[in-house]
Amino acid sequence: MNYNVDEKGYYGEFGGAFIPEMMYSNLKELRDNYIIILNDEDFKAEYSDLLRNYAGRPSPLFYAKRLSSFHGTNIYLKREDLNHTGAHKINNTIGQILIAKRLGKTRIIAETGAGQHGVATATVCALMGLKCIVYMGKLDVERQEPNVMRMKMLGAEVVPVLSGNMTLKDATNEAIRDWISNPVDTHYIIGSVVGPHPYPDLVTRLQSVISEEIKWQLEEQTGFSDPDFIIACVGGGSNAAGSFYHYLENEKVKLIAVEAAGKGIDSGESAATMVLGHPGVIHGSRTILMQNDDGQITEPYSISAGLDYPGIGPLHAFLHKTGRVSYEHVSDTEALEAAFRLTQFEGIIPALESAHAFAVLGKHKFRKSEVIVVNISGRGDKDMAAYMNYMKQSVRGKINDI
Amino acid sequence: MNRINELFEKKSGNVLSIYFTAGYPTINSTIEILKTLVSAGTDMIEIGVPFSDPLADGPVIQKSNLSALKNGMNLKLLFSQLQNIRREINIPLLIMSYINPILQFGMEEFCGKCEKTGIDGVILPDLPPEVYMEEYSALFQSHHLNNILLISPQTTAERIREIDKLSTGFVYVVSSSSTTGVKNGFSKEQLEYFLRVRNMKLHNPGLIGFGISDHETYELACKYSNGAIIGSTFIKMLDNDPGRIDRIRDFISSIRT
Ligand SMILES: Cc1ncc(COP(=O)(O)O)c(C=O)c1O
Repeated sequence: MNYNVDEKGYYGEFGGAFIPEMMYSNLKELRDNYIIILNDEDFKAEYSDLLRNYAGRPSPLFYAKRLSSFHGTNIYLKREDLNHTGAHKINNTIGQILIAKRLGKTRIIAETGAGQHGVATATVCALMGLKCIVYMGKLDVERQEPNVMRMKMLGAEVVPVLSGNMTLKDATNEAIRDWISNPVDTHYIIGSVVGPHPYPDLVTRLQSVISEEIKWQLEEQTGFSDPDFIIACVGGGSNAAGSFYHYLENEKVKLIAVEAAGKGIDSGESAATMVLGHPGVIHGSRTILMQNDDGQITEPYSISAGLDYPGIGPLHAFLHKTGRVSYEHVSDTEALEAAFRLTQFEGIIPALESAHAFAVLGKHKFRKSEVIVVNISGRGDKDMAAYMNYMKQSVRGKINDI
Repeated sequence: MNRINELFEKKSGNVLSIYFTAGYPTINSTIEILKTLVSAGTDMIEIGVPFSDPLADGPVIQKSNLSALKNGMNLKLLFSQLQNIRREINIPLLIMSYINPILQFGMEEFCGKCEKTGIDGVILPDLPPEVYMEEYSALFQSHHLNNILLISPQTTAERIREIDKLSTGFVYVVSSSSTTGVKNGFSKEQLEYFLRVRNMKLHNPGLIGFGISDHETYELACKYSNGAIIGSTFIKMLDNDPGRIDRIRDFISSIRT
């Protein structure tokens, strides 16, 4: 099975570039150049130097002994939370800023939900001395204040988006509108494997370093490069795409992507796109998205701002359709419980997004001999308010006996 | 013959097309706005089907879309409001929207309904020419529906030629690299772009849209093309107030003077 994007930008029936003509030239420039740049020796050297010496890669692969014994199996943690800026997002922004520079762009725009991608973009803009504008839904500006302050200190302009429901979907619309209005000097660093071709492919390639490292790290530690399972959370799907990429054609490795069910699939407050969505077009891509019968895009909900997206990247729509990846979902509460369990067993406070990946561990019966890799896409500093809130609400004893 | 083509056969200049959002200012204003626009002397009307995420639109049309959705507008309702429209109105009518609401309605059913209702053309800014050609052009033709494609200042001459080949009825000349909305007049670069397009002598007529806000910009646009399209300024005039429908006649004559 071929899981790569085809010449026209499709994964099977999903993908493409459903964009207004006003954006055609910007995207064409990127489409015509991205593969050439990614394969350029000079680019490769600069990218890998920055990943290593700036972002701190390779990120460790850690055997989680106590969590493994709790679940009766072998769990390895891929530590994307230890990257500079605290999440996998930096892998993408370093790559894209180097591309932007090679395309002669001087102004960078980005959308952000939780603020992790905004921070990762503001960071590389500071590093390269480029102007940075981050669009963020007004609601997210209010609920992710620490990241807003980080972006500002990094010199970025944070534009609160008042349109629509004032969250990630609307921030993405606004970034696209900015790009339409600034076709010459601006590069749009999109934060996940979403949007029109070539973004899904570009971001997948830049995040694929995660699975590239898992392969040799696992081989080094266990003698085998292939785990039985890889588990990652999905919002737009970039950390999952990166964690799966080098294993996609190896069907023996089972892949699980975890969506946010929010308050429950049937609660009306959920972000589980694969369950609740239907094929359609969002942000220039033909994929699966949450919408009503009239084709109006609906507002998702999750306790985790980074999973709060009504669509999913077209590669995932294809992986879902072909059955290569199994898409599961966990609720806010299950994610919170899993976050406390990981923290108290391993001393690692995960991002709320990443906690979703851990919450499926309890829903499967793994064998003692099996090897599971779970991607910790980011760290939990930004989520301390939600965690504290949960601690206050829960009965003390309950948290202690997880 | 399609009414759009007929219009341009009779009238090669000063064509005025007005965009409005169906369901705005109220759910039932569609027919009243259409009739008033016709009696005020509008040549062509683009009926907007509201979408939650109108990527190519600026704040004014974003807001009219959201209001219309809140009022309960959808394609099914619009077609039922329009079912007898051809007994009363003869000018070309177009539907302008985004692809997702149409896809969910069903492209075939949509084209069938358009034909039955007497819709002459469709403008979907996020349906790229290549996809239109491969997937939908045969369907549109079988229902005698024109598909109007856009060009922008960034569109290369070669691509303008291709778009001109695929577009039917007219070519929508987007006046600037921007979303819909009002700017302050036209810059020198914009006028050069209009001239460049005019000198290409496209086989389709061209209408300039985006940023036409008053008599002056309308007249200037008409100098360089077959006419102009007004959207945001018209929506702004309505100002979410059904009482303002009375002002449509004055508005149109202020543009034409
Ligand atoms: C830590 C973390 N994990 C996961 C995500 C979800 O994005 P994606 O599905 O693209 O990995 C985000 C997005 O903000 C995030 O910050």
